[in-house]
Amino acid sequence: MGVPRWVWVPAALGAAFVLLPLVAIVARVDWGDFGSLITSESSRAAFALSLKTSAASTLACVVLGVPMAVVLARHEFPGLGVLRSLVLLPLVLPPVVGGLALLYTFGRRGLLGSELDALGVQVAFSTLAVVMAQTFVALPFLVVSLEGALRTAGERYEVVAASLGARPTTVLRRITLPLVLPGLASGAVLAFARSLGEFGATITFAGSLQGRTRTLPLEIYLQRETDPDAAVALALVLVVVAVLVIGFARTGRGAL
Amino acid sequence: MTLELSLHATERDVEVALEVADGETLALLGPNGSGKSTALGVVAGTLVPERARVVLGGRVLTDVGSGARGTRVAPHARRTALLGQDALLFPHLSALDNVAFGPRSTGARRASARRTAQRWLDEVGVGELAERRPAQLSGGQAQRVAVARALAAEPDLLLLDEPMAALDVAVLPELRRTLRRVLAERTTIVVTHDPLDALMLADRVVVLERGRVVEQGVSQEVLSRPRSAFAARLAGLDLVVGTWRDGAVVDADGRAVHGRVVGEPPAEGAAAVATFRPGAVAVYREAVAGSPRNAFDVVVTEIEPTADLIRVHAGALHADVTVQAAAELGLEPGLRVVLVVKATEVAVYAR
Repeated sequence: MGVPRWVWVPAALGAAFVLLPLVAIVARVDWGDFGSLITSESSRAAFALSLKTSAASTLACVVLGVPMAVVLARHEFPGLGVLRSLVLLPLVLPPVVGGLALLYTFGRRGLLGSELDALGVQVAFSTLAVVMAQTFVALPFLVVSLEGALRTAGERYEVVAASLGARPTTVLRRITLPLVLPGLASGAVLAFARSLGEFGATITFAGSLQGRTRTLPLEIYLQRETDPDAAVALALVLVVVAVLVIGFARTGRGAL
Repeated sequence: MTLELSLHATERDVEVALEVADGETLALLGPNGSGKSTALGVVAGTLVPERARVVLGGRVLTDVGSGARGTRVAPHARRTALLGQDALLFPHLSALDNVAFGPRSTGARRASARRTAQRWLDEVGVGELAERRPAQLSGGQAQRVAVARALAAEPDLLLLDEPMAALDVAVLPELRRTLRRVLAERTTIVVTHDPLDALMLADRVVVLERGRVVEQGVSQEVLSRPRSAFAARLAGLDLVVGTWRDGAVVDADGRAVHGRVVGEPPAEGAAAVATFRPGAVAVYREAVAGSPRNAFDVVVTEIEPTADLIRVHAGALHADVTVQAAAELGLEPGLRVVLVVKATEVAVYAR
């Protein structure tokens, strides 16, 4: 069965719309100074901070998101649908709003601010705040991806495992998670990519302090004003990382 | 271990009570939706109905709806291993590790669990496939591994849910022999559609229809002298249900069926059944001379070719005739015919 021939026209337009800006970036790169632009002190600091915080937030997403996905996929209780929608809210929420929400929760004058202050913890405008902002926006990606994998895998293997005498924890560790490992891997990759690109929530909740909270997207945004060539070079770095991430996620799914 | 089960699932309208003696294999028969899976689920603990009591070897596994606080032992702590029609081997583990899963889960060390697993794989005849992944096994091999896996968990009760329904017929006889061997002396419930399974594997059968036990007894007895429509269909027999009047079974339409009385003659007015083979039924276009004792005026409802005969359906009755005879009679649905069966070919007995 073929698709109508005219469908090709808008499809090609759409593809061009996505690809052309990438070509424009590559065309705009100042290749002569590319090496020095991306290895300047501020660039390296931003890149290192981005990798570090994204890795940490991916880990946080796994630690918090796996149990969330398991609960959402394996239990039925009143209000589950509403809860799922709320938990996935950061997917559609403007990141700036997320950053504000975090600020009014963990900031000095926030909901938990005085308690945290009493403990001597200052969250806002720290590297920890970057990780929290990234986790906030990336968590739904992992949860959605893993919940889908869990639902597809079904409960049949788990029922058999339990009938063989395996406790729920053993079933989760030895059956459930290994079966959805590809889904978990692609969810983690998506979460990492989303963390790497995080801008709005980070700048609102964590600010832009070089070496502490100024991640690569923030650095690009700042350089755009003062040194457009550096901004473009760093942008290309992010594009390359994004392409690598997609390639990794695709091979992960292929192994399923 | 003796199993006592009684359950009442209001929504599914299933109300069943049955017992399985220590070491006995019980076949649970019945059409789809008759409550077999519900019964199995309640025993396995995956289903908790409104009222149920499950006692296995003196241990109360489920006790709900009887007023008190109730007991629901978790599925993993019941010692009731489940084997369905799909082997459901864990795809990421080798055959050996699949079988070792049960012992490992209940605390055995890796080496000893693997030794146990290898022994069970040998026992069911697939010892040489230990290192294979499930994807590299045929359906029959996978099901053998699944049998070994269930047995290696050393369950007090084995639950088999149509264990051979999804397999190629070519591998059935040998698997059935293996099951017969390993199930001996083991308390087991096997759900099946196959009369051969009931005969070869089970000591006793319980027939469910619409959520109720309609018949139970020794396998051979039930299949040679069925009293329920489902058991008769499994046994390949025609069944007429009625009451015993003047030495014949009289059904609801007033049709009298004469035959040989098997066992104790039924009391006058008591429920009784008559059974006969469809092959013993002759089909005529009009009333037969000589007035045979069992002649039924019927309307043909369906004509169905079987392996080498034509099966004529007329309501609940069937007759097997040759293709030639079917052609000569001009059989077609809607045609009025007379079915005749000799009284010597009919068994009548109390229901």
